[in-house]
Amino acid sequence: MLHDETILLDHGEGGAATARLVEQLFFQHFGSSGVPEDATILPGAERIAITTDSFVVRPVEFPGGDIGKLSVCGTVNDLVVMGAIPQYLTAGFLLEEGLEIALLDRIVASMSKTAQAAGVRIVAGDTKVVGKGDADRIFINTTGIGFVPEQRLLSSASCQPGDVILISGSIGEHGIAVMVARESFGISGDLVSDCQPLHDLAEALLDAVPTVRCMRDPTRGGVATTLLEIATASKVGMELREEYLPIRRPVQSACDLLGLDPLYVACEGRFLAVVPPEAAERALQALRNHPKGAGAQIIGEVVDFPKKLLLKTRAGGKRPLIALEGAQLPRIC
Amino acid sequence: MCLAVPGIIRSITDGLAKVDFGGVEREIALDLLPEAKVGEYILAHAGFALQTLDVEEAEELLALFREIEEAIDAEQRS
Amino acid sequence: MNEPQKSSPSVDEWYKKIDELVTRPIQLMEVCGTHTVAISRFGLRSRLPKQLKLLSGPGCPVCVTPTSVIDALIALCRLPNITIATFGDMLRVPGSVSSLQEERATGKQILVTYSPLEALDFAKAHPEHIVVFAGVGFETTLPVLAATIIRAREQQLANFFVVMSGRLAPPAMMTLLESNDVRIDGFICPGHVSSVIGSKPYEPIASKYRVPCVITGFEAKDILEGVYLLVEQIEQQRASVEIQYKRAVPEAGNPQALAAMERVFRVCDAAWRGIGLMPNSGMELNDEFSAFDALKRFGITLPEANAMPTGCQCGEVMRGIKTPPECPLFGNGCTPARPVGPCMVSTEGSCAAYYRYGSGE
Repeated sequence: MLHDETILLDHGEGGAATARLVEQLFFQHFGSSGVPEDATILPGAERIAITTDSFVVRPVEFPGGDIGKLSVCGTVNDLVVMGAIPQYLTAGFLLEEGLEIALLDRIVASMSKTAQAAGVRIVAGDTKVVGKGDADRIFINTTGIGFVPEQRLLSSASCQPGDVILISGSIGEHGIAVMVARESFGISGDLVSDCQPLHDLAEALLDAVPTVRCMRDPTRGGVATTLLEIATASKVGMELREEYLPIRRPVQSACDLLGLDPLYVACEGRFLAVVPPEAAERALQALRNHPKGAGAQIIGEVVDFPKKLLLKTRAGGKRPLIALEGAQLPRIC
Repeated sequence: MCLAVPGIIRSITDGLAKVDFGGVEREIALDLLPEAKVGEYILAHAGFALQTLDVEEAEELLALFREIEEAIDAEQRS
Repeated sequence: MNEPQKSSPSVDEWYKKIDELVTRPIQLMEVCGTHTVAISRFGLRSRLPKQLKLLSGPGCPVCVTPTSVIDALIALCRLPNITIATFGDMLRVPGSVSSLQEERATGKQILVTYSPLEALDFAKAHPEHIVVFAGVGFETTLPVLAATIIRAREQQLANFFVVMSGRLAPPAMMTLLESNDVRIDGFICPGHVSSVIGSKPYEPIASKYRVPCVITGFEAKDILEGVYLLVEQIEQQRASVEIQYKRAVPEAGNPQALAAMERVFRVCDAAWRGIGLMPNSGMELNDEFSAFDALKRFGITLPEANAMPTGCQCGEVMRGIKTPPECPLFGNGCTPARPVGPCMVSTEGSCAAYYRYGSGE
């Protein structure tokens, strides 16, 4: 491991300090081709999926994960839900002067471990250091590349009335775990991020049900926002049943305390899947037979009133779910 | 008007109660409810206990929570 | 599976019971934002009889806070070394030139807390900072603020202050009845406010104005039972104060909480955003605790309550004269992203609840 104590502006200047950081920290974890190049030429494939995402999270380490793990899971899952098999990642780091090397080491080790678990290689990277106060400790950008098998055609625009909506596990775990870890609300409990790569779970589902219409990971904005996007793209409506929603009690209780709606809280280790009605039971069993999908549920169905998302409540009423304008704020009044 | 949440007092130290709100815990000040005891259900608002809850009725609510949970569990296992 | 022992009617049974009881057009008003949200969230309106209308009154403390209070908080946060501590809902409320959220984006210190005790802890840990708590709230929150201020005095904190904008529910309800703007056949009284004040302060509403009051809880069954009890009184032409939410509301309320309020505050006339001045409907620091008044300490004067923004009908909405969708700005220039009026800002605001959950009709 690098023996420098903290990140300095020097580490981003391209000189010896940068080389030290790259060789003694990043290459230690990610490995290196040995030849310093500006780009890596990848062996080709016919259908390449590509995605990119930037990660800023406070705190950078939270129960169930850290920004490094998140930066791999987030991008891997974006590929996975397109039906792609993730292959390569790039990693760009924006580091704030003063960042502890020991912390960076933990984050990068966590990235490496998660990448291995997800079967992806980190093949290109970049590091910049900015002055104290110009960034919040560490920001990571990852770009992911995956190959999509020939016959697969998943699209958020392909859902039809009668289709069934599934979620691969319980809702809201990541968002609540991070918020409670970040703020001084004094709340404690079994609140752990669900952050995990979903490549194997998605393959298990697609093997069992090749006719899956679409999959999406409900990250920012949560399940409600993501389903609204699908409904809009497919020009259909959706109806969810409140009693089918898998929400763990501590998550629901923390939401109740803070006045939040778990349907709008981010997941980082779940996907939504829409499947034709005849495949619904098979899809559910395929998910539940996998350890990452043990909590899978059928949560609703696609219906024929355009672009609306309705929730059938436990009390027997119906209420529309709309896109939130911004982040939910903890409220008391 | 005002969000207030029921919980059960697990312990009390120096007028500060550790309260279990259905699986999450938070410290709640007893300044406004000094006679509250361990094992009692209270209604908390903005970090303070405002009222004790009738146990039988609160139990009924908790039983409802349990019912819902069991239904979810059963469905997940089926 | 064994059928669980049912001690009270199910949701479906309540709907049926209400349906059977209603023989005439009835307008009930809830004066608690948490009820407004719960009614929308559970989708209750969609299953109640057409003749039964639920109106949303001025039940959101954030919504009724005058622009001048927001402006004062903004003026304070622009002074050096001042941190404004506030509940999350106040962040987006528009003042006359900006909001606390916008001030935060320009680097002002705004601390969002779950409890005012966090603000107290922050003040203790940062003696070089001045902490001003946005003291907004009804009778549920007022004792919490009082207890916090009492603690600040006991701990001899010299850097903790408040801007008070306390509001009282029963006087506002009576003012609404006096104004005769809208027919109110019964009040769904606020559950958590009543945990503190008990049932007595509503007595004049029943005896003097002959309007039934039922103190109601927040589960779907609670609200339906509350509605049922009100309809029953109305159909029988009775008017009394009943407590449906017995598990949390003793008749006497919480005497210690009332004592804390009385020790720190005094009743005052207060301006409600969109409604105007209502007599005896507010609470401010009394002389003994006036040293905690941030406005006095920093020489900030509250300007006259501004007129409502052009076209905004939050005032009519809060008095139950109009439902949110009847305002021409609703969803059409006024959205939670760009609220024109206060009712669209807070999650508990009538307009925000309608926008988010739909009218459910």
